[in-house]
Amino acid sequence: MKVLRIAIKDLTIAFRDRLGLLLMLAAPVVLTFGMALVSGRLSGSSEPALANIPVVIVNLDSGEIGNNLAEAFSSEGLAALLEPQTAADVASGRALVDANKAAAAVIIPAGFSTAVTGGTQPSDAERIEVYANPEREVSAQVVTAIVESFIQQVELGRISGQVAVEQMIGAGIITPAQAQETGLAVGERAATRTDSGAPVRLVSNEESTAEEVEFDPMAYFAPSMAIFFLMFTVSLGGKSLLEEKSTGTLARLSSAPIREAEILGGKMLGIYLTAFAQMAILIVINAVLFRVTFGDPLALAALVAVLAAAATGWGILLAALARTPGQVTSVGSAMMLTFGVLGGNFVAVSGMPEWFRLIGKITPNAWGLDGFVALGMGDGLPQIAGILAGLLIMAAVLFLASVWILRRRSILRG
Amino acid sequence: MSLILEVQDLVKQYSGAAEPAVRGVSFGVRRGEVFSLLGPNGAGKTTTIGMLSCLLMPTGGDATIDGHSIRTDPEAVKRAIGIVPQDIALYPTLSARENLRFWGSMYGLGGKDLARRIDAILETVGLAGRGNDRVDSYSGGMKRRINIAAGLLHEPKLVFLDEPTVGIDPQSRRNILEMVKALNAQGMTVLYTTHNMEEAQELSQRIGIIDHGKLIALGTLDELTRLIGRRDEIELKIASEHAGPELAEALGKVKGVRSARAEDHTVLIVADNANASLPEVIGVANARGVKVIGIDVREPNLEAVFLHLTGRALRD
Repeated sequence: MKVLRIAIKDLTIAFRDRLGLLLMLAAPVVLTFGMALVSGRLSGSSEPALANIPVVIVNLDSGEIGNNLAEAFSSEGLAALLEPQTAADVASGRALVDANKAAAAVIIPAGFSTAVTGGTQPSDAERIEVYANPEREVSAQVVTAIVESFIQQVELGRISGQVAVEQMIGAGIITPAQAQETGLAVGERAATRTDSGAPVRLVSNEESTAEEVEFDPMAYFAPSMAIFFLMFTVSLGGKSLLEEKSTGTLARLSSAPIREAEILGGKMLGIYLTAFAQMAILIVINAVLFRVTFGDPLALAALVAVLAAAATGWGILLAALARTPGQVTSVGSAMMLTFGVLGGNFVAVSGMPEWFRLIGKITPNAWGLDGFVALGMGDGLPQIAGILAGLLIMAAVLFLASVWILRRRSILRG
Repeated sequence: MSLILEVQDLVKQYSGAAEPAVRGVSFGVRRGEVFSLLGPNGAGKTTTIGMLSCLLMPTGGDATIDGHSIRTDPEAVKRAIGIVPQDIALYPTLSARENLRFWGSMYGLGGKDLARRIDAILETVGLAGRGNDRVDSYSGGMKRRINIAAGLLHEPKLVFLDEPTVGIDPQSRRNILEMVKALNAQGMTVLYTTHNMEEAQELSQRIGIIDHGKLIALGTLDELTRLIGRRDEIELKIASEHAGPELAEALGKVKGVRSARAEDHTVLIVADNANASLPEVIGVANARGVKVIGIDVREPNLEAVFLHLTGRALRD
């Protein structure tokens, strides 16, 4: 009970700190708003948020539509976004993706143009394949979105043509025989198409299973900023422990009939509740303001719960190692920025070398962001179980280390 | 009167320090009294309080509070005592009422009983009308009063007041001293630490003088001043500067007067008992036609006792 009272006291104090609130809640929302503007989510701008996505084009189709699609990737409008290269065959295209030298390979099969314009149902072999790199999920999704957009344009043109022909026949301008000559009668067959006949398929090189996915980049930016500022909150929480020591409230607590473990537990729980509340509030704000969908609510709650625990562990460790509240502030700011970079809060780490991504795994930021991206792509609890376990292990190790250090330093003594 | 606190040969040696901070201190506090530990800064007062409140483990010796050892039964000791630390140990962004509710809950208080106690203690410290204001909006004196209230909320058997008047204005200081006297009148036992001899003299039934970690004297004010055998001082202010030397010579012959000397418009007299000698001193002055314009009587004080015992002034 005393543990909870200490925690609630700390939660109350944290949410009464106006400067703290500014950094806990206002700053991440403002930065997410900026990201939304840059990504065109709010303004409708086509300005890309990502840049130089390496993509391999394997064009096995000699037809006009296939060539147009291949050229679209090299167009001026996508020059800043994409860094296209070509491969002569499917194997070499996939090899580049497997070697993490490309975010995706766009494989345009032989006969693709004929299948689209000829009005026949495209077989699996005639569908465009986007061979995605799971290490670069967001970039691969951007490539997929471009291919889908192109196909939609082709479809739109074909249906428009079909409607025009029908109107011309109806008006007696042309005869059905003439319409056949123009080669636009494909519309009748197109009308019988089902979704399964979509001419694009996404293939992951990890599991080699075909899967169609839709990912909102905001589901990356919003949690990125929330997690980045989560580290500020836990630093502030750690600082409060040393502030209580310097102001004498910790000594006063220690002179009350309460065990040392209860005081430490209360302080930790206070930081945890503050961190959890911050993430929960930011998720609601992002969902309402930016229409960000975070996926399965249960999995989301579990992710936020363990992410807040792991972040709290870092906050407590900081307090255990620092000597003064000022040290927590300076070291905490450095930690926040370093973790932000390592964890991919500013730039996606998918394009970074393996060692960089490995180091990033010491941060709750990287694990948390992976979790949010997975949820944004439709994954649920079973798929993010590994991430949850990783964060829980991190939290447990940090808590144990912190408690050991705090007790050794007799920090609760006046 | 039985002792609520018994301190036996208490020692505290901080690691890395050349000398112990507390060196074999022993004393007792009787139930219902105000006992002052008087000494300059760094004398070992706060370290002693730290050990008695179970914040610091003694290097040697022991103490019992209400029969419980600070070494072997700290939980029971903590329940029996109330601490008012030297620092304002409160949460500034919480209101006084929220602070008191929190500190009360740390002593297991809650519900209506806690609410009643908070109302009562706010009344006692004269802040009933400001209870819902945030502590950071208070003056220094008001913060001190809430700091004291937080230590009294659970109605402890013995309260430690560690220099509660440091850094506040004279009016707030007076309020706090009156409050301590009122609490003592209600039966509360107080261990009061201070470096201010006037406070110790005004509040305490008994005083322990501590210096360099050692208790160098202990007793009532009367007992302590008798230790040094000092006489009273009478300072006579006269209208005529020229009459001073002659008057001083005459006053030196008055019974009970040990010496008298003139300085400008003043005659300084040392007497065994100022009250006994004063009528005759005035009479001598009148008989010589010297107009007395002011009289100041100084009894021996703790400052003099401290000076006598240590060779240093208390404020050094």
